[in-house]
Amino acid sequence: MSVLRREGIDVPVLCHHEAIEPCGSCRLCTVEITKDGWGGWKRHVTSCLYPAEEGLVVVTHSPELIEIRRNILDLYLARCPQSEVIQKMAEEYGLYKTSYETIPDGDNCIMCYACTRICEVLGKSAISAVMRGHKKVIAPPFGEQPPDCIGCLSCAHICPTDVIAWKDDDGCRTIWNKPFELISCSRCGKKTITREFADYLIGKRNLPRDYFTVCDDCKRQDLALKMGALVDRAKEVAI
Amino acid sequence: MRIDSIEKLNRWRAECRRAFEAPKRKVTICRGESCLANGSEEVFDEFKRLVAEKSPSGLAVESVCKTGCHGFCSQGPLVIIEPDGTLYTKVKKSHVAQIIDDTLIGGKVLDRLLYVNPQPEEKIADYHKIPFLARQQRISLRNCGLIDPHQISDSIAVGGYAALSKVLTTMTPQQVIDEVAKSNMRGRGGAGFPTGRKWATCAGVESDVRYVICNGDESTPGAFSDCTTMGSDPHSVLEGMIICAYAVGSSQGYIYVREEYPLAVVTLQKAIDQAREHGLLGNNILGTALCFDINISRGGGAFVSGESSALMRSVAGEIAEPQARYVRSAVKGLHDKPTVLNNVETFATIPVIIERGADWFAAIGTQKSSGTKAFSLTGKVNNPGLVEVPMGTPLREIIFDIGGGIPGGRKFKAVQTGGPLGGCLPEDKLDMPVDFDSLTEAGSLMGSGSLVVMDDRTCMVDVARFYLGYLASESCGKCVTCREGLYQLHRLCTKVTKGEATEADLSLMERLAQTIQKASLCALGQSGPNPFLSTIKYFRDEYLAHVRDRKCPGGVCRSMITYVINDDCIGCLACLRGCPVGAITGEKKQKHVIDQVKCDRCGSCHAVCRYEAIDIV
Repeated sequence: MSVLRREGIDVPVLCHHEAIEPCGSCRLCTVEITKDGWGGWKRHVTSCLYPAEEGLVVVTHSPELIEIRRNILDLYLARCPQSEVIQKMAEEYGLYKTSYETIPDGDNCIMCYACTRICEVLGKSAISAVMRGHKKVIAPPFGEQPPDCIGCLSCAHICPTDVIAWKDDDGCRTIWNKPFELISCSRCGKKTITREFADYLIGKRNLPRDYFTVCDDCKRQDLALKMGALVDRAKEVAI
Repeated sequence: MRIDSIEKLNRWRAECRRAFEAPKRKVTICRGESCLANGSEEVFDEFKRLVAEKSPSGLAVESVCKTGCHGFCSQGPLVIIEPDGTLYTKVKKSHVAQIIDDTLIGGKVLDRLLYVNPQPEEKIADYHKIPFLARQQRISLRNCGLIDPHQISDSIAVGGYAALSKVLTTMTPQQVIDEVAKSNMRGRGGAGFPTGRKWATCAGVESDVRYVICNGDESTPGAFSDCTTMGSDPHSVLEGMIICAYAVGSSQGYIYVREEYPLAVVTLQKAIDQAREHGLLGNNILGTALCFDINISRGGGAFVSGESSALMRSVAGEIAEPQARYVRSAVKGLHDKPTVLNNVETFATIPVIIERGADWFAAIGTQKSSGTKAFSLTGKVNNPGLVEVPMGTPLREIIFDIGGGIPGGRKFKAVQTGGPLGGCLPEDKLDMPVDFDSLTEAGSLMGSGSLVVMDDRTCMVDVARFYLGYLASESCGKCVTCREGLYQLHRLCTKVTKGEATEADLSLMERLAQTIQKASLCALGQSGPNPFLSTIKYFRDEYLAHVRDRKCPGGVCRSMITYVINDDCIGCLACLRGCPVGAITGEKKQKHVIDQVKCDRCGSCHAVCRYEAIDIV
């Protein structure tokens, strides 16, 4: 996948993101590979997972592969008919309506695991996939407020179909039904990140305890003032 | 007692053999799952009680013992009277006193408890002459039904751990791998990967730790050969694993068993404890440098756990989801270490290959698939049970000669091989020799070796619908083609059975099935559409009958059939009483009538009628 992207070859993908390990769940980046020594044998692999190597012959856009992607998008359309991302991708493949019956009470989740994988990368694994088959959903443990969630919003931001609901309201953030208190900047009073997230980062990165008491904007302002003062001093010295 | 040298093992074996063969007059009672469910434990207790009671008055029975499963499950509980080898079938507690009086004291054979062979119809007394058993060639199931699986001494008596002592004294690890490779053994888990090559790959990878895992998940409904092997001959599996550990240089093994096999878990644990106690597992096995231990890892019973990468994740304590494998698990498996993962049947066969030699084994079966294969024969067949035959045996021989044909003389329609992921083969494939390649070529699988026989009262669309429903609900849900694809395929198939589908739906199903096959992550997804693809390949007429004529030729799909009472009705009231919705009316000795509005087509009248007076139209 990274090689394809480097070479500017466009292969559609939903579940892959540079920040996380690939998992091959959306199957859209399926390509056909073969090699000299394979005696004409070909196989379908997902480009996000298969390691590129010298001498590998990759076909990315044969009629067969386009048909596969079309059929997969057709399935996604039945699953999440409301999702604009899916609609747009499907339109590129000439699909405007699913061939299947849409799934009753489906949401826009395409089960790509991006949220659970990013949560794992962060070291929290607060949410996970539960159940199996088409009943599988992403959920916190026992459907309750996830005890390990720190309200960092990584899951919501990485979600390709914007399914994970969250809101910041009056100094309070809610995600996965769990309320968080947002820290206020001690200077400007602006709400920054959640207390839990701040504590987690301080512990993990060995930051000073008061690292998050001032917001980034105020810190930048401080820095700018310091730099300005330095420039002024330099000018004075020059004169 | 710890056995710390080969000499000690040989001395112990001689003792065990004497003890095993000493009682000339003995009664053995099968304690396989099926016999236990039918009350074999009660029969055993009754025998013990009565034999103890009557011994002082001259009853000469030296031993009453339990054995593992014979695989002749349709006839259980089974009781065998030695030394004549008289087999009594379907024995109940109430029969025991008579068996003792007539057979053990009187020396007469009890006619009504004998096995009745369906074709040609005759009663057979001698256990060894029953076609179901006599026509088999048992290698992996060699000790099943012969020994008590809870007694290590029984296993030792029939040659258990002899192959291990041969390996430890006369062979290098490389020689073991070469021998297995030479035998042409292919993994019995379903895919048929050459076992020798797998071992060689694992042994060839630089690593500090290597694992040996035995796949006892056997997640296929309708397959029970691994369950039987683990529950009836656990030491053969352990011995196979120890030999593998010696060959590849491993010190830790796992047996992955599903929680739904409680008897197998108990038996295996007992076998492991006994083996440890006797120095056959643990440090310095039989006084040599080999150190290897085995633990049981119990699975939750998801179908996908039998897939190798999902299984290893499950052993490691993670969610059993398959990983895309572009590196073999023999190179990078459990905990990213080289791992040999073989099936129960494979491990149980290894000791025989070592003992009797690779050439002997390679000569059995076909050129590309050597040896024998255990099949779990179920469905519409007279003798369901375990059948182990050489590879290349035609299906007809397994189903008709060994399995005794279709009950009620009905017509054979199809046989489903390899479990839900396999396909249904029609009558013209009956003479095909069964091996890994021929089945794959025919659009089915060897899989776990289950054979489900179907007669002419089966609707192939309904069969496909059933299996697709199973697979859709057992899909792990990781990749979209399997999760959404199988779900939609099942919905479309249900539409066909309800008579709501069109021909356009059929072509949509075919298109979807091909996408699932090509683009899914693991074998479950890739083989998932097989039930549909094989039935539409061989039984397209039935699909078309459903779609075009709204007719179900098998007489199964409720929306397309009507039950009608014909003139053969004698007015026995059986159907009337059995009808759950009260749709049947009629007087005694007069022809009954079904109210078609009330009838919900459950088929209970058809099932109870003994006069073939109910037609399905």
